[in-house]
Amino acid sequence: MPVIRYAEALNAALYQALSEDPRVFVLGEDIAQYGGVFKVTKGLRDAFGDRVRDTPISEQTLTAMAVTAAMTGTRPVLEIMYADFMPLTLDALVNQASVYGYLWGDQVELPFVLRTQGGGGLGTGAQHAKSLDSFVAHIPGLKVVAPVTPADARGLLLAAIQDPAPVVVLEHKLLYNTRGEVPDGGAPVEIGRARVARPGRDVSLIATSRMVLEAEAAADRLAESGIEAEVIDLRTLRPLDVAAITASVAKTHHAVVINEDWGFCGYAAELSATIMDHAFDDLDAPVERVATRDMPIPYAQPLEDAVIPNAARIVHAALRALA
Amino acid sequence: MSADLTPLANRPSIDDHLTMHRRMAITRGIEQELGALHKAGRTRGPIHRCDGQEAVGVGATAVLTADDYVTTTHRGHAVYIGKGLDPRKVVAEILGRETGYNGGRAGHMLLGSAAHGMLGGNAIVGASIPAAAGMALSVQLRRQDRVAVAVFGDGAAQTGICHESMNLAALWRLPVVFLLENNEYGLTVPYTAQSAVRDLHVRAAGYDMPGVQIDGNDVVAVHQAVAAAVQRARRGEGPSLIEARTYRMEGFSTSDVGGYQSEADLARWRARDPLTVSRAALVESVGADRVEAVEAEAAEIVAAAFAAALADPPPRFAPHPASAPYATPGPVRGAARGAALGAA
Repeated sequence: MPVIRYAEALNAALYQALSEDPRVFVLGEDIAQYGGVFKVTKGLRDAFGDRVRDTPISEQTLTAMAVTAAMTGTRPVLEIMYADFMPLTLDALVNQASVYGYLWGDQVELPFVLRTQGGGGLGTGAQHAKSLDSFVAHIPGLKVVAPVTPADARGLLLAAIQDPAPVVVLEHKLLYNTRGEVPDGGAPVEIGRARVARPGRDVSLIATSRMVLEAEAAADRLAESGIEAEVIDLRTLRPLDVAAITASVAKTHHAVVINEDWGFCGYAAELSATIMDHAFDDLDAPVERVATRDMPIPYAQPLEDAVIPNAARIVHAALRALA
Repeated sequence: MSADLTPLANRPSIDDHLTMHRRMAITRGIEQELGALHKAGRTRGPIHRCDGQEAVGVGATAVLTADDYVTTTHRGHAVYIGKGLDPRKVVAEILGRETGYNGGRAGHMLLGSAAHGMLGGNAIVGASIPAAAGMALSVQLRRQDRVAVAVFGDGAAQTGICHESMNLAALWRLPVVFLLENNEYGLTVPYTAQSAVRDLHVRAAGYDMPGVQIDGNDVVAVHQAVAAAVQRARRGEGPSLIEARTYRMEGFSTSDVGGYQSEADLARWRARDPLTVSRAALVESVGADRVEAVEAEAAEIVAAAFAAALADPPPRFAPHPASAPYATPGPVRGAARGAALGAA
């Protein structure tokens, strides 16, 4: 299997979708001529012409336009450069994209994909480092995926483009240069299925996006103390694979949920409540929650490091759960 | 109503004008009946009547074919009827019946019919503008011979998405027509207290597109202006802005207690009621008998629509699997708890 970068895997998915389906088009800021600020769309303009378009800085309108373009026979893939800009897209998501599938029933399909990237770690500051997962995962009628491996980046983006419903793809700025094996053949990865990233029997580390890598690092450290942690990569935030979570908790009886959004009313809170709802009897200890501290993301590295979750915090949470 | 599905020619013939007159009369009849039912406590939620504005929605949609798209506002009944939707199914949707276009899920502001290209009513002020622009982008990408018309109000003209949409549409020469239905009020605030310019069509210059102001109470004038803009769009020359001046006669909604519109303004606009204007022109060309027959036919259609819709069953609730938060059910106990929380 070829080893490629996460950004290249996304590029491959876009290339494949544009090649296979003339209804697919790609739009966003700086994505065509320049190839995207993270180079995910590199080379697509040359290959596909005006189906790959640079846009003005008009996120609110572009999202709304993508919704109705999807409703009328195309398959738009819109890049929103930073997840921090998603509030600009929210009317189109919460009042438009997510409602018509219900209101208008089988009269319309909405094969619309919004790609964005969030997360801290690069010193991009309070307006370019957030993970606003719960903003979108909260909305009935949307699907939300967050791949962490290059293979899933390719497979889930393909699945998102092929899906008849609106899908938000949450990428992470620190993942674009990570490498991994990506199978040939370009098969989509099913939306709504979690992955056991590392099996274990003592504690479940249930994580999303780049926090899966921190959870794996935490599992390495816990192993040094003889603790076998199981790492669950949720891959899809909505619809949530609750069976994968309950299966793991039934085995380990201890759960740590990890997400890079803020803690209060955040996605980790939903995971915690889901475990209470569906696996309470299996728990030997309260669910531990690891999330970004509830404050704006600071700029300087020691400050940012103190706010974003990391392996050390996950280890402490696991030890609290097992205490 | 099958005759109403036949697209009209761009320049209105007498027959076209009679068709538009009938559609305006149907719309007016629906609004008046809804007002009466609201007073009787038989409607649900506020209803945004378009009395006095029928010429805008009806005149504009008469230009379009069934393949063309239109988006409209929370006050869109004239567009629904103008685009050829069945008044009985429109009324049923407004009354929240199973037989409505959207089974009572959408209601009067959000009604949609894909078969008519009417997608649709939109109750977020301004959202009808990028909605139509997006459809025009779809048309352009698929190299189709269709246009999209955005109907929006003077309140929507003050939103950021109005600016973004007009800039993008002009930049990409999208086949869209921006039809600004200036009824002078955003809820209770007059547009002169919301806009830095008194004539809104002048903003077209900022996007290098044509902008015209027309008499929005003259259905023939609306038809002609929209026809010219639609032709321009079909030629690939891009968008146009039409400001149709009209006036909101019946308040913001059926919940509006009024008190902020002057009697002088209301009287002035009542004298220029679009049905009065249209009737006068038609009586001159075809005679009073023919016009009265068209209006009687409209009244019968409205009466039949309400009689049928009021007798129709209410919808039964069903969960919406596509919105469900969980991809997979939990264990038995968990599934029961999830159902109790409304998650199933």
